[in-house]
This record gives sequence, structure tokens and C-alpha cells, in this order.
Amino acid sequence: MDTPVRRILTGVAALILVIIAFFLIRLYIEARPVFSAYGATHFVFDNAWLPSKNLYGAWPLIAGTLITSAIALIIGVPIAVAAALFVTELCPRPLRATLTILVDLLAAVPSVVYGLWAVFFLIPKIKPAEQWFSDTFSFLPFVGGQVAGPNYFIAGLLLATMIIPIVSAISREVLATVPQEHKEAALALGATRWEMIRLAVLPYSRAGISGAAMLGLGRALGETIAVTLVIGNSAHLGSTIFSQGYTLAAVIANEFGEAASNPVHRASLIAAGLVLFLLTLVVNFIARFYVTRAEKKMLGGAPVAEPVATGAAA
Amino acid sequence: MTPEPTTTLTDVDLPETPLTTPEVPAHESASEAAANGKNGRRLSLQDLKAFYGDNEAVHGINLEYNPNEVTAMIGPSGCGKSTVLRCINRMHEEIPGAYSTGKVLLDGLDVYASDVDLTAVRRAIGMVFQKPTPFPTLSIFDNVAAGLKLAGIKGVEASDRVEWALKGAGLWNEVKDRLNSPGIGLSGGQQQRLCIARTIAVEPELILMDEPCSALDPIATLRVEELIQELKEQFTIVIVTHNMQQAARVADRTAFFLLGDLVEVGPTESIFTNPTDSRTEEYVSGKFG
Repeated sequence: MDTPVRRILTGVAALILVIIAFFLIRLYIEARPVFSAYGATHFVFDNAWLPSKNLYGAWPLIAGTLITSAIALIIGVPIAVAAALFVTELCPRPLRATLTILVDLLAAVPSVVYGLWAVFFLIPKIKPAEQWFSDTFSFLPFVGGQVAGPNYFIAGLLLATMIIPIVSAISREVLATVPQEHKEAALALGATRWEMIRLAVLPYSRAGISGAAMLGLGRALGETIAVTLVIGNSAHLGSTIFSQGYTLAAVIANEFGEAASNPVHRASLIAAGLVLFLLTLVVNFIARFYVTRAEKKMLGGAPVAEPVATGAAA
Repeated sequence: MTPEPTTTLTDVDLPETPLTTPEVPAHESASEAAANGKNGRRLSLQDLKAFYGDNEAVHGINLEYNPNEVTAMIGPSGCGKSTVLRCINRMHEEIPGAYSTGKVLLDGLDVYASDVDLTAVRRAIGMVFQKPTPFPTLSIFDNVAAGLKLAGIKGVEASDRVEWALKGAGLWNEVKDRLNSPGIGLSGGQQQRLCIARTIAVEPELILMDEPCSALDPIATLRVEELIQELKEQFTIVIVTHNMQQAARVADRTAFFLLGDLVEVGPTESIFTNPTDSRTEEYVSGKFG
């Protein structure tokens, strides 16, 4: 390749790394006042976020972020994978494109619109069902008691809707890589469509679907405005999945305007951003690991022997 | 290259031990088969036409396949031989827009009859593909047991059958100490014999083979060809092949296809040495194809 082009491309690629490093370093420097005032361990694990009382324990935020994201995965991934399976394996051909577009369209809705829809429609409609579930299954851990309007579950449900398009789109791509021979081998053994999916399609794409779920998780962890509207913004960690809570992204969006006058408050919000950044970094590394493993597996799954011409060419 | 075709084409030496040896675990149909020696079915095609959308790829075939014989289907690419094969176990209709008309009779029962269960048809008519297709993530044992599981056979009976099928496919001695290791860890030839074991484990009444050796090296090809000779003791076998020497080596009868028509069918020896149709002669003597 031409030397100038190579230099430019190398420079651009290096710039991305520099920007990420700069992000981390800058966030750390800006967040240092809160770490030096309270200690990093206290900041991460104290269960109270009350800036008015100078309490900056980010545990309710971190836990809230993880809880809502986990709920989003538990609800969203099966639906997304089921939709992808339906489109790739079961759906009549003419419907395929339409369904794909409709699912992808979910990604085009602005997140603040999702939030408003949840506040004015989802919360009031679903609250009786949540209360019934809470009363009936109160023996389960983290279930029971009075249901709050905005709560972890609603936020998770909303996030589930928002991650479905990306998880479904990647799952579709992964499912499309399953070799036709494997599917036919299952069918030729007398498998029904569903048995074929279980025997040949899902095992082949399991790792890739895990990677898709991790990318969805990345989106769920960082989602801000929709969650801010439906999480309830509570200073303490809730005791059930139907309690009000808070997330890292939501706290930054809510409080940044009022934090300008208080250096420690400001630093604590930047520290929350740093924790969120590290959390999503870890998730992305895990996703990368899964996707690489999936690719390796597909290569390893190919027949070992090279085709040998044993007669007339095809 | 594979060994020269034997001169006694129709009288191939059979192995001393039949497929169902006494030490094989007794399960009904296998022991039954051992008792009468033969349980392959008769297959006949009546006016079979196959379509891809509006394109008629096979134009009304009438063909008989004798029980416990190997019938080879040969012909140049695009002659419809693979399509005919895929019509027999109704895999053809899996391709979008593809369908067929006419009758495929297995011992007189039409596999296309409306009251016939599709999965039952495919269980009764096993198929071995061009490329080895062991299921990824499944162990050697689970690969062979996959069809049994679908048929609802589990536990001791399933493990007996897996052992029987692996012995039948000539793979048992090579894999008996590593049944739980992944099937894709085997060599290409072993993978193909694993797929044959998977096919015979459900005890089909007929085995279809779609160029089963085209992805294998000559040694593995020879091994699979020997296996075909052993398997015809118990099953009726239909094999599609590009390789005329292979047809000459393994088949009792050979059918020659051209452009969607059946040109000629007869004992393999006469197809190769004394064909009645000039097109067959041109093909088997290598003038085209």
C-alpha cells in the first residue's frame, strides 16, 4: 500500500485509542475529589445517594443499572431470538422482509418517546398485573409488598423493548450462517422444524447469540433518558423488583445541571460516569470473547478433509 | 486414485460376517433381520416429475429399485439424479418453490399420500449427504443417538443401538474409547461413517446416499464403498454418484439420467459394457459429462 495512505490510516486508528485513553484519564482526574473525600470503596459500595446530605454512595445506582439490564436481557433476548428464528426458519417468504423491517423499526423510535410511552401508557396499564404478581408470588425472593408506579421491572421491560431490534438483527445474521447441510441432516433424520432448530440451528449459533445478547446488554447499561423517566429516582436500593430505584446514567442526566456549584457533587457524577464506562467496557470485552469463540467454532466445525475429485468434475 | 474396478461387477465379494452378528444386542427388527437376512424394501417411482418453481427438472420417471440391492444413479451435472433422490425422502420440497408430482412407493405405500407423516417418511428413508454433517457441539455418541432421540428411543436401548450402528458403520473400534468427545473432532472419512451410523441407527427401510464420497480421500472412499456392500445385506440402497468407477464398483444396478429423463436402467455390468442407448454409451465411455 502507498506509504502516505498507510500513515494516515495508522494515525486515524491510533487516534481512536488515544480518545478512549483520554476519556478514561480525564474522567478519573475529574472524579478524583470524590474518591479522595470518601474513598473509592465507600463511593462504590455505600447504599445512599443523597447529595443534599453530602452522601455519595453509588451502590443503589450500580445495582439499579445491573438489575434493570438483567431484567431487560431475561425478557428481551428470548423474544429477540424467537423473532429471529421465526424470520429465518419458519416465516413464509413474502412476509420475511416486512417483519424484518418492522423489528428493525423498533430501533428507530427515539428513546425519550419510549420513556413517555412508558410513563403515560405502560405504567398505569401494567400496574395491576404487577400488584397481582407481587401478592401471589410474594414467597419468591425480591418479590412482594406494595408495587411502585415507576420501578426496576418497568425500566427493565422498557429496556427489553429497546434491545430487541439489535439482538434480533445480530441473531438473524448468526442464524443465517448455519449451513443448509446441517439443517437438512436433521430433517432427513425425521426431525420436525422445532427439533431441527434445537438439534442443528441453536447449537451452531449459541455462541453468536450470546455475543448478540452482550451487545444488547451494552445498550441496556448505557440507556439514559427512557430509564430516567420510569425508574423512580430513589436514593436507596429498593428491596424488590417492583421498588423504585436509580441507575448510573439516570443520575447523571438528572443531577448534572444542579451539580455545577458543588465540586464534590460534580465529581461524584463524573465518577458515576467512570463506573458506567468501565462496566460497559467489561461487557464489550465479554461480547468480543464470545463472538471470537463463535467464529473459531464455525471454522473448527468445517469438514477436515479437502474435497478430492474422485471422478468427473461437477 | 481409487483402485481399478473389479471385473466381477455384479458378483462382489461380501464380507464373512454379516452386519448383524450374534454379539450385537438384540432389538427386535435387527434380530428379525438377522433371522431372515434381508429386510430391505422395494421402492418404485411412478411418473415422478419434479419442479423448481415453473422449471420442470425431472420429466416423469418410472423406476424400480430392488430390495437389498445397490442402485446407482449416474449422469452429468443437472441431469436430475440428485433431485430424484431428494424426492424419495421428500427433502426436495424443503427448497422454497420446489414440488413434485407422481408416486414414490415404498413397498406399495405412497410416501406422498396425504395421511402419511412427513417425519415418519424421513425416518423410514435414511439419507447420507455429500459432505459429512455431524451435529456441532454433540459428542460422537450423541450424534449417533440424535435420530433415536427424535424417535423417542432412550436409555439402554439407545446405547445398544448406538453401539450396533457404530459397528455397522465400521467405526466402533476407532471411537469406542472416546464416545464422549466431539463428533467434529473426527477425520473427514470417520465423520462420514459417523453420519452413516447415525442414519442406520434408526433402522431405516431404505438408505439414500447423495455422492457420499465426493468430499473424501481415496482411502476413506474405499472404506465407505466396502461399507455400502456390507449394508446392502440389510438395507436397500440408492446412491447418486458422479464417479462412474464408483458406480461400477458398488452398484448392482445402474440408472443413467440425462436432462431430467431416465435414459436407461439395467444391471451395472450391461450398462457399462453393453448399453442399449447410444447416449449411455457415449457417457460411460467418457465422450461427454
